[in-house]
Parts: sequence; structure tokens; C-alpha cells
Amino acid sequence: MGAEHAATSASRFGRLVPLLGLAVLAALPAVLTPYTQDLVLKIAVFAIFALSLELLVGTTGLVSLGHAAFFGIGAYAAVLFTGGVGSLPAALAWLAGDGGAAPLLKLLALSVGFAALYALFVGALSLRTTGVYFIMVTLAFAQMAYFVFHDTKVGGGSDGIFLYAKPVLEIGGTTLIDLDRKSHFYYFTLGALAFTYGVLALVNRSRLGHALAGIRVNEQRMRAAGFRTYGYKLAAFVIAGALAGLAGFLVGVKDGAVNPELLSWHESGAVLLMIILGGIGSLRGAVLGAVAFTLLKELFQSEALLGPLAGHWQLTLGLTIIAFVALLPKGLIGLKQRLAGASHG
Amino acid sequence: MDLATFLVQCLNAVQYGLLLFLVASGLTLIFGIMGVINLAHGSFYMIGAYMAFVLAPWFGDWYLTKLLAGVILAAVFGYLLEWAFFSYLYQRDHLQQVLMTYALILVFEELRSLTVGNDVHGVQAPTWLAGGFKLGELMSYPWYRVFASVACIVLAVALYWVVNRTKLGMMIRAGASNRDMVRGLGIDIQRLYRIVFAGGVALAALAGMIAAPLSSVYPNMGGSVLIICFVVVVIGGIGSITGALIASLLVGFVDTFGKVFFAEFSGIGVYLLMAIILIWKPEGLMKQHGR
Amino acid sequence: MTPSTRLALAAACAAAFATSAHAQGNAPIKVGLMLPATGTFAALGDMIEKGFRLHVQEQGGKLAGREIQYFKVDDESDPSKATDNVNKLIKRDQVDVLVGTVHSGVALAMAKAAKESNTLLIVPNAGADAITGPMCGANIIRSSFSNWQPGYSTGVVAAQKGYKRAMTITWNYAAGAETVKGFREAFEKGGGQVIKDLNLPFPNVEFQALLTEIAAQKPDVVFAFFAGGGAVKFVKDYDAAGLKKTVPLFGSGFLTDGTLQAQGASAQGLFTTLHYADSLDIPKNNSFRKNFALAYKQNADVYAVQGYDAAQILSAGLNAVKGDMGKRDAMLAAMRKATVDSPRGKFTLSPAGNPVQDMYLREVKGENNEYRSVAVKALADPARGCKL
Repeated sequence: MGAEHAATSASRFGRLVPLLGLAVLAALPAVLTPYTQDLVLKIAVFAIFALSLELLVGTTGLVSLGHAAFFGIGAYAAVLFTGGVGSLPAALAWLAGDGGAAPLLKLLALSVGFAALYALFVGALSLRTTGVYFIMVTLAFAQMAYFVFHDTKVGGGSDGIFLYAKPVLEIGGTTLIDLDRKSHFYYFTLGALAFTYGVLALVNRSRLGHALAGIRVNEQRMRAAGFRTYGYKLAAFVIAGALAGLAGFLVGVKDGAVNPELLSWHESGAVLLMIILGGIGSLRGAVLGAVAFTLLKELFQSEALLGPLAGHWQLTLGLTIIAFVALLPKGLIGLKQRLAGASHG
Repeated sequence: MDLATFLVQCLNAVQYGLLLFLVASGLTLIFGIMGVINLAHGSFYMIGAYMAFVLAPWFGDWYLTKLLAGVILAAVFGYLLEWAFFSYLYQRDHLQQVLMTYALILVFEELRSLTVGNDVHGVQAPTWLAGGFKLGELMSYPWYRVFASVACIVLAVALYWVVNRTKLGMMIRAGASNRDMVRGLGIDIQRLYRIVFAGGVALAALAGMIAAPLSSVYPNMGGSVLIICFVVVVIGGIGSITGALIASLLVGFVDTFGKVFFAEFSGIGVYLLMAIILIWKPEGLMKQHGR
Repeated sequence: MTPSTRLALAAACAAAFATSAHAQGNAPIKVGLMLPATGTFAALGDMIEKGFRLHVQEQGGKLAGREIQYFKVDDESDPSKATDNVNKLIKRDQVDVLVGTVHSGVALAMAKAAKESNTLLIVPNAGADAITGPMCGANIIRSSFSNWQPGYSTGVVAAQKGYKRAMTITWNYAAGAETVKGFREAFEKGGGQVIKDLNLPFPNVEFQALLTEIAAQKPDVVFAFFAGGGAVKFVKDYDAAGLKKTVPLFGSGFLTDGTLQAQGASAQGLFTTLHYADSLDIPKNNSFRKNFALAYKQNADVYAVQGYDAAQILSAGLNAVKGDMGKRDAMLAAMRKATVDSPRGKFTLSPAGNPVQDMYLREVKGENNEYRSVAVKALADPARGCKL
């Protein structure tokens, strides 16, 4: 009886943790240096990226090694459709602006839209394969997108292209949101993070989410029960792609620069690493993983803290990853469970 | 394009494909037999190439002896690596294997940087393979490239023979089909895996050693080979040596002729090939039965 | 708020203010080095840093009476991380001067960040034309070259030698395209014609298919731009394919710089043009090479020279304002007007911030690029698109 009571109050507190986290993030600009603020922004964008992959890997059990493609497409769309740079094919060029500050909603819609469109295309074709072949096909499609931006004139080649005017939201002549202003961009990103987390939490609770979980556990059984699993998996793939596109939009505006490396398999590997570090199967794990990965890299590359060892960050980071996966297979969330002595899961 | 040039391009495609096959064969063995996704395979190729560079002053023109020495060293290294590290990965899921082997790449690159440095180094082909034969008016084809192709073919045949005609090969194929049954029959599956892994590493290192005079050695050289290798293995069908051979040659042709005709899109070509083949045959060209 | 929160807030504020305040006068000058420490270009980054530090060392560790404090960030030659990395130096470490980098894509991102934060940026290698073109700025100076320069000077030499039909081959990226454009401009002005441009995706090094294509087209001369591992492989493959004996190969100097030990016999006799030659027999180069060898037990190369000159340019600016970086405009103006006494010979800076320098014709002999003649004197990059 006591254990049950402890469990329900724990879960009630547990539900508040994400809200508390959001509140803390919202208050941070008051105390942080500009550099640490940028760091928080970077973590927030990666958190959205990681959350989007969590839907695929954690909820549905689909391991994709090409998720960075949607991230990169979202980023490139933000820069290309602002206009003035790169060279879009004629069929799309009419959508682009002239290089000045683009309308926020239009740019956001284009970024997320094209990412979702490519996800639909890739998902429709690759979901016909399973297991390790699925992993490789997703990688193949990501590499194709990578080479389009890397080798053709669309994206300005391997040096990338730059965004010179950040989007604004204007209604009736008054500027409501100007992403060029640091505070506006900060709260906009936080809003996007909260939105992503909220959407995924809702999905997990919905019929779609339960179907996806069932597919992860035993797809044949789901099919036998009458579910059209292909459709559900495709839906998950597209939602995940769209959210990755949102993260891409934010990274493009934040840095003001996009580059084909955003679509590379190294980036896909990094986001996979984030959710494994945090712990697969939980939204909090995805966010935690993004935080842990970014801070770990900061730490290992920091000359101030590690002196000459900072130049050999590949060694320290590599060994840490190995130790982590070996000792904490369930990620950071697993660590918390172990410490809390939780009897479930 | 006239006939002579076309034939030479075919020769180029085959030679590139055969070298790819050597690296990919090791990967498909490890992947197929042991079910481990090993992202560090490109690093073994790199280690082989750097071995060729480091061992060169000691062996001089005794090229084949140097290759043999390198293979033995690589096999020992692979055996120890499997025992110390990879054997723990079999129980883990694919994701964790991806991660740990990715971390291994970082570690190997850094160790390479600490021991041999970051400069680009050339490796000389042995003098008895220097020069080439005339091919058309302006070009000559280097003997060393012929040697590389021949070596790859010899190794391919040897590999086929070992896997299909020896007792060891029979155990390997059995282990690929049904691990538990093999263990139940009293065969030490752990030692079997160790041998297969050592073999895979040796193959990749050998490919690196053979390629070293052609490509020279430089930081990150394993990275570009790795991805193409995975493409080859997947197109060919995981675990199938014949499949890897066919796939390598296909990739060789797509890459070579892609460069000549579609320079801007040649990067995409190989991946397009993989996507098309997987959609047509979701488990690769030569599907392995029993897994 | 609770005492512990107040304490935390105070500590955070203190940390924030501590890093942002930096007194003038005798406080050290913070130099942020953003160079590759890992990856393909690691060796180049190393040489640039050594060259830079050598000059500071020669001045007794101080420039204009002020100590130099170094901050380093590994740029991984990855443009997608460039903005984050440069912000580590600009915002976290709050450097006074940014120095970097090798890879053009990363350097472009650095230039953008430098413009936005008005930080002084000295580029010790990346040749992207845009840095002293559309992206130029009063606070952006380059101590190396623009991609156009070595291409143009090689084109001049090739045309002078009487070749009429040329083919170019390079990687499909900005540096390659810009170098080839320079070659084409000079070669065609000199009466030649570029019959075909070959390229392959960066950083692919499977050249056989394209070498076969060259043999099929039979040009008078081939112009190649590759660097690092790609340069080594290309020169060796070109020789192994027998083309070295039948079709003359000219290159931008990077084809044979830092790569001769690896290229061996295949590179012997190759002609390239660059703004430096190892064997340049002028007093400054002789003393520079000697000091470099004494300090680091290895021979200097063009990257070390570029790093050295980056420090010299900074020196010139600082000396003009006697170390007071507050006199910003005067310092920037002094840097622009400086005549740099470089191991490559004296050079000045164009209004866009790029060296106006002599381009040398070099021939490979043994393990050195030996000076042969001056290909073009005082070549200035046209700085197309720069509004300065």
C-alpha cells in the first residue's frame, strides 16, 4: 500500500518536472553570460532534434541513421527561401524572398513542410525494408540529400550559404516577433521546445502512440490484430521528420549559416548518441541526452578546464562514450532509476 | 567515348571495385556471421595502410613478406580486440554496437595522431612492380594496379575456398545460420567468432596495405572507405561474400562512369543504386538463408 | 529569495562580469587561434600556429609591450560547427584578435561572426575569394592569398610557354572553382583556350577515370588544383598513368607544398606558382627558416610563413598605437598600410585586405620547391564584390 502511494505521488511530481525545467530555462537569461545563453540555445535546438528521433527509435522501434537529412533540409529551406543566396530550381524559386527579413510563419511552414515532404518520400520507400537494411536505406537517402547540397549549385556547395536577414512576424504593420533580437529568439526556441515536448507527450498517450508502441514490441501481432502497421509507421516517420525540420529551421536562423555537414551521417550518429546517452524510451531521456552530449563535448574541448588534453578530445570523448554504453546501457534515465531504487522497469 | 577509352574505364572500374571488395568482405563476414555492426571497420583499413608505411623501412623490396607480416599482426590485433572489446557487444542491440564502434573510430584516430602524427605520407610500390605498360597514345597502366587487382582476385578465390570447402568454413556458415545449434553440437562458438573477427580485421588491413602505395596515408582515410563499404555490404546482402563481390564491382562501375558522365551527381550515384536495389530486393542481391 | 539562491545569483553575476571586463594597459592581449587540431588539415593548423608563435617569441613574447595570451579552439575543419566554435572565442573567451583558419567554409563563418561582433580577424590561410570580396571588412585581413591569385599566375606562365589547349582538374568546391577561374582568366587572356574542366566531388580521390579522360582529349597542358592527401595521390597517379611524360602538368603551388616527401619521384620537375618558395634566397627567408628549424626541429613551409606574417601584421598595428587597442581605427588603418617584411618577400595589403604580393614560379627538385623566377610581380586580387 505504501509503495503504491509513493508511486502515485512520485508520478505526480514526475509530471511537474518538465514544467519546472521549462520555468528554469525561461528565467535563465537573467543570470547567464551571452556565451552560456548561446549554449542553452544550442542545447534546446538539439533537444528538439533528439526528441524527434525519440519518436522513431524509442516509441516505434525504428532505428534511422539518416535523420539528419530532415534537420538539414529544414535549415537549408530557411536560408534558401529567405532568398538572395544559393540557386533554387525554377519550380521552387517563386517561393523565395529577396534576401530581406522573411515572414516568419511562411518560412517556418516551408522549412517544416519540405522536411516532412522528404520524410514522406523516404519513409514510403524505406519502410518496405526492416532491421539493419532499414537502417542502411535511411542512411542512403540521407547521403543523397547530403550530396545534393554538397555537389550541386542549389545550396552553394561544400562551403554552405549564409542567412543575412532573420525572419520576423508582422501583423498589420507591427512587428510582433523579430528573430534577430536575442530575447525574441530565445523565447521562440523555448516555445518550440515546449511545443515539441507537448506534441510528443500527447502522441504517446494517444491511440497512435499506443499503436506505435505495440509495433515496437511485436509488429506481427499488431498486424494480426488488424492494424495497418505500414500506415502508422509512415505517420511516425513523417511527424519525426517534420519536428527535425523545425529543429533545422531554428539552427539555420540561430547560426545564420547552413552547411552540407548538417546532413552528414556524423550528425545522424550524434543525435542517435544523444538519445542513447539520455536513455531510450523516454522524452526526458532525449532532452537529458542532448544536454549531456553538448556539455560533454564542451568539457572535453575546453582548454581552460583540461589544458593540453583539450586537443585530444577525440580520445577522451571516445573513451567516455564506450564507458557510458558499457556501464549505463539504459542511459542517464536508467541511472536515475537505479539510484531511486525504483521497483518498476 | 571511343572503344579504347571505354575499355580503359572498365579496367579502372574493375580495379576500384576489387579493392573495395577486399575491405567489404571483412565487413560482411563480421556483420553476417556475428551480427555486429562495426563502424570501426574503416579504422582497420587505415591501420593497415599506416602499417604499410611504418613497416616499409624494415622490409624494403620484400613486399610480399611485408604483406604477410602485416596480415599476421593485424590478425593478432583483431583476435585481442575481439577478446577485450567486441565479445561484449554480441548481447547488445544494434544501437549500442553503432555507438561503441563509433567511439572506437574516435579513439583509433586519436591514437594514430599521437603515434604517427598528422602528416600525409607516401608509400612506395616495390621496384619490381614499378612502371607500367602502354595503353593508347598518352597513357600507361601501372603494373602495381594490375598487381592490386590480381591480389584481390586471388584473395577472393581463397576466401571462397575457405568458406565453402573447409571445415572452418562449414562451422562459420553453420554459426551464421543457427548459433545455438552450433553451440549445442559442442563447437566453441566464442573461439569461432574470435577467429572470424581476426580474419575480418586482417582482410581490411590487407586492403589498406595494398592500397597504401596508390592512395598514400593521411588522417581520416578510413572515413570515406567506411561508408562505401557499408553500401557494398548491404547491396550484396549481409553475410554473402559473392554478393559483396558483385556489389563492389557494381559500385566500381557506377562511381567510375558517374564521374565521367555526371560529374555533379556522381556522389549521389552510389546511394541511388543502393536505394533502388533495396527497394527491389529488400535484403540485398544475394539473400542469405537462415537469418 | 533564499540565501543560497542569492549567493548563486551573485556568483553567476560575478562570473559574467569577470569575463567581460578586461582592463587596458598592461593586461595581456587575447589572441584566439581557431585552427584544425584534428582531421585532414591538422598538420597545416600546427604549422600556422608555430609560425605565429615564432614571431611573438622573436619579439620577446610581447607585442608593443603587451603579453600575448593564447586561446585555442579546434575547428575540426567542419563548417557546420564553425559558428559555435568561433563564438567560444568571441563570446566565452572574449578575445581581442581572432586568427584562423585553413578551411574556407569555416573561415567564411568566422568572417561573418567577426563582422557581426566587430572583432579583428586575421586569416592565415583560407583562400576563399569572398573573404576579401563580398565579405570584406575593415576588421578582416588576410596574410595568405586569395584562391584566384595562384590560379591566375599559373595561367600567365602557361600562356607564356606557348600552350594553346588546356584542361583543368580539381575538386568540386569553392577553392577549386575559384583557382581554376583565375587560371582560365589568365590563360585565355594569353591566347589559350581551356577545352574542358574536369572535377570530382570533394574529397574523393579516385582519379583514374578522369586521367583516362585527359588521355583521350590530348590537351597541351593540364592545370590541377588539389591539396593535402589529394595532391599526393593525384601527382602519383598522374605519373603512374604515364601522363607526366606526355602531357605537362602545372599546378597551383598547393599541389606540391607540404607533400613532396610523400610524392617522391613523381613530383620531380613539376612547375607550380605560389606566393612562396622554400629556397627563396633573401635574408629574411634565410633567417626565418633558420629560426624556425631551431625552435621546432622541422622545416618551415608556406603555412608557417602565413602564420608568421599574421603575427607581423598584428605587430604592425599594435606598434602604431603603442599597444592601445582602444585606438581601433588607427590600429586597423596601420595594419592595412603596413609593408610586411615577410620571408616571401615584402608585400603590402590591398584595400580589401588581401596581400599584394609577388607570385613565384617554382620547380620541384628533391624535397623542395625551388625558386625559378617571378611569375607575376605584385599581383593584386581584383576583390570583386568588395565595397571597401
